[in-house]
Amino acid sequence: MKKFWKATSPLALTPEALSALKAAGFSRRDFLKTSGALLVGFSTAGPASQPAASQALGERAGAASPPANQVDSWIAIAANGNVTAYTGKCEIGQGMSTVQTQLVAEELSVPLNRVTLIYSDTAFTPDQGVTSGSGSHPANFNNTNLAQGAATAREALFRLAAAHLGATADQLTAADSVISVKNDPAKKVSYGQLVGGKKFNLTLDRNAKRKPASEWKVLGTPVKREDLPAVVTGQFEFVHNVRLPGMLHGRVVRPPAVGATVVRVDESSVQDMPGVVQVVVKKNFVGVVAQKPWQAIQAADRLKVTWTPGTGLPSYSRYYDHLRNQKPTRDTMVLDSRDSEQKLAGAATVLKATYYHPHQMHGSVGSSCAVADVQADKATIWSPTQGVWPQRNTAAMVLGLKPENVRVIYRRGSGCYGLNGADTVSYDAALLSQAAGKPVRVQLSRQDEMAWENYGSAFVMDERAGLDAQGNIVAWEHESWSPTLGGRPGNETPGNVITGMLAGFQPQEFAPRSPAPEPREFNNNGNAVPSYVAGCIGAECYGTGTIKSARILGHNVRSSFWTGPLRSPGRLQNTFAQESFMDELAAKAKADPVAFRLRHLRDSRLSEVLQAAAKAANWDARPSPKPGIRKTGVATGRGVSCVLYEGRNGYCALVAEVEVNQSTGQVAVRRMFAGNDCGPISNPDGLRNQIEGGALQGVSRALLEEVTWDDQKVNSFDWKTYRSLPLGFEAPKIEVVLINRPNERAMGAGETSITLVASAIGNAIFDATGARIRQVPFTPERVKAALDARA
Amino acid sequence: MSVITLKVNGRTHSLDVDPTTPLLYVLSDDLELRGPKFGCGLSQCGACTVIVKGEAIRSCSTPVKDVEGVEITTLEGLGSPEKPHPIQQAFIEEAASQCGFCVNGVIMTAEAFLDKNPKATEAQIQQALAGVLCRCFTHVRMHRAIMRYAQGRA
Ligand code: FES
Ligand code: FES
Repeated sequence: MKKFWKATSPLALTPEALSALKAAGFSRRDFLKTSGALLVGFSTAGPASQPAASQALGERAGAASPPANQVDSWIAIAANGNVTAYTGKCEIGQGMSTVQTQLVAEELSVPLNRVTLIYSDTAFTPDQGVTSGSGSHPANFNNTNLAQGAATAREALFRLAAAHLGATADQLTAADSVISVKNDPAKKVSYGQLVGGKKFNLTLDRNAKRKPASEWKVLGTPVKREDLPAVVTGQFEFVHNVRLPGMLHGRVVRPPAVGATVVRVDESSVQDMPGVVQVVVKKNFVGVVAQKPWQAIQAADRLKVTWTPGTGLPSYSRYYDHLRNQKPTRDTMVLDSRDSEQKLAGAATVLKATYYHPHQMHGSVGSSCAVADVQADKATIWSPTQGVWPQRNTAAMVLGLKPENVRVIYRRGSGCYGLNGADTVSYDAALLSQAAGKPVRVQLSRQDEMAWENYGSAFVMDERAGLDAQGNIVAWEHESWSPTLGGRPGNETPGNVITGMLAGFQPQEFAPRSPAPEPREFNNNGNAVPSYVAGCIGAECYGTGTIKSARILGHNVRSSFWTGPLRSPGRLQNTFAQESFMDELAAKAKADPVAFRLRHLRDSRLSEVLQAAAKAANWDARPSPKPGIRKTGVATGRGVSCVLYEGRNGYCALVAEVEVNQSTGQVAVRRMFAGNDCGPISNPDGLRNQIEGGALQGVSRALLEEVTWDDQKVNSFDWKTYRSLPLGFEAPKIEVVLINRPNERAMGAGETSITLVASAIGNAIFDATGARIRQVPFTPERVKAALDARA
Repeated sequence: MSVITLKVNGRTHSLDVDPTTPLLYVLSDDLELRGPKFGCGLSQCGACTVIVKGEAIRSCSTPVKDVEGVEITTLEGLGSPEKPHPIQQAFIEEAASQCGFCVNGVIMTAEAFLDKNPKATEAQIQQALAGVLCRCFTHVRMHRAIMRYAQGRA
């Protein structure tokens, strides 16, 4: 059979690792023995002393695998000048591998095509937790580790070159893997020559100097994604394309209702079906293994399983009341100035509103897939997980193996936007492979993906604020209720996702806590504190706003559904309420929404992104709603919203322009303008792609997306029952203004714009029509109801 | 099981498969092609799209026996990383991808439509993509790439 592109190697080294090592001119064993190389290890032990490094080429992960904390990330420069970098941060589709390659190339002054990045394989790469937040966190750029390692290597090469050329290090300059004397360029030496046949083992030097942004040549430029040629020609290997010799296909059988458990499985119901290899039952986990995928699918459909009735679900139509009234709660007081009650009592005007946000899903285009090869006492899993190390530790629990005998190799899946089915399907494949004693591939059905994933959480949010006679906000109170069950499995909780639970593991226990302890430090990670609040703890203020008086309280309650991080978890929901409410306050004060915001901000970077977005949009400064609204026909309006994501991780502002069809309630977003500041920009085109994608995903979530259920089970389980804006919808024009701050700390950008979309659209609908929508999604029925309710 | 002859990207294959198997599984598992992908299996997303007799069809819901003997083109049949097809080149130029999982459906649907409607307007092209999903929401760049390609061939 013809093999397309690279076949998946069942050997310990991934094909990428193998080809990288070959291209670099050495194998792990070889470089330890013979070849010259310069290595930078990230721990004091140094790479050469690591068991991983002495693992023979081609040997399977097994007893020789190193303990988790000893796998070392490193950068190696071979005698031919090629660079290989190992990283624990993977490419989930936002261009992180390209950016990391840029970092290494920049610090080492080598051409991009001489750098090979190996990522996320527990046999080779360090434990860097999860690659999360759609690149929203600076750690994903490996600024401190990988770049620092490359800077360490550069300084060492400069020291070697100084001795070689008879000059001092500061007289030297590097370009294209060659170091030369600045004012005598004829005097030069290449990295390859410096390394030669010798071996250098270095430990990461925290004090090695990073290149200043002013000298960047590769970083900060729109380097093209390295994976695109393979992706657009159908050659790229997604996890879905991993094929192993003798591989079988599995299909899981999920319960018909939430809380249903297995009574009996009638294996004879599929016994004589072609290709069926095995029926697998482990507690409430049920699956079928067959020779071919279509056989597995048919057998899983046919398999007779008797289940107990489900445990029942709360009423969909009264869900938000259910959340608000549920006991017990786990309470978190984020901020309490202890005078908000009194300030509100003395205010000229007090405004109150409640906002509602539904459960939404990740809804990856491709349902989740994994391949596992589990043998008697060891396992290899090809997984789209965002964290190979946590997956390794929890898969070991599920399989009853020692973690060091489990190897997890990352392969890209369909874009995940947080915790989709990636971890759960990896357990599915592992369990089925363990039972079958053969490699097994599992891809979930659309329904199994959507009905059981860890949804983004629903929120009920009460806002209350007071204005003085001049229209200044004097106090703000925010109180929220949101349900929680499960989440990322971390290192020890496989029961946080459906398969782990079915196989007998418990989800993270709900820990009631009421009343909430007093806040000791300012933590706005969940964006529960509005941008306009000063955020004072004691004498110090940490927030971005001017309002001193505030009380911010959150309640978690037990969820009936699985929940987990979905792009901008909690932050999007809180920001929807606060930025909509800020608009209500501005309208009450008869102030322009941009000017009103600026008046209550004290962080100049947040003010600047707001002004940048307003300027790009040619913002029409006046109070909302628009004067002279007619209650029929198509109305147009503009709305604005802004945030400092996670309270410290990316500034963004967004203007949305909408058209509202007042007879149907249909909302169309025509144009969006984003201002974004995430510190130094590593790759402006990649950054724009993230801001644009986030903004559009936000439109889909604001207008259409909502998880629904009946009294037993989730009934939004395909693209007809859970709607997503298709390629065919008339996408708004999006203009992105990037503010580059090369000398500031790097911040994230993957989740900034999406956080603002629902509020910017809601505010624009209000501007256009005078009707305020306080519940996501803004379906035509809901918008129509709000329009009809206008005075 | 029965032997079925499939013509894929200019090559002929004789395969022993259940004739009711959806074409997608035969392409991705028996022939190990990576272009067409399983997204939903329900004709709702486009990820599995291939071109048969000039039409973009959804291979997840097409029994393999229905396309026996006719020429089937998959994403890898258009071009290669070394020699991409102009529409693939346009996607590279516009960096029109994030995770890339949906790209097969977008390119194959647009390519089949433009082949039949070379003078299509932007609105018509958009309409042709009404049933194709991208959950990374790379819509703007994908539209741009398709328009670049459409204008280049006009
Ligand atoms: S996989 Fe065929 S349309 Fe979704
Ligand atoms: S690029 Fe990820 S689904 Fe389209």
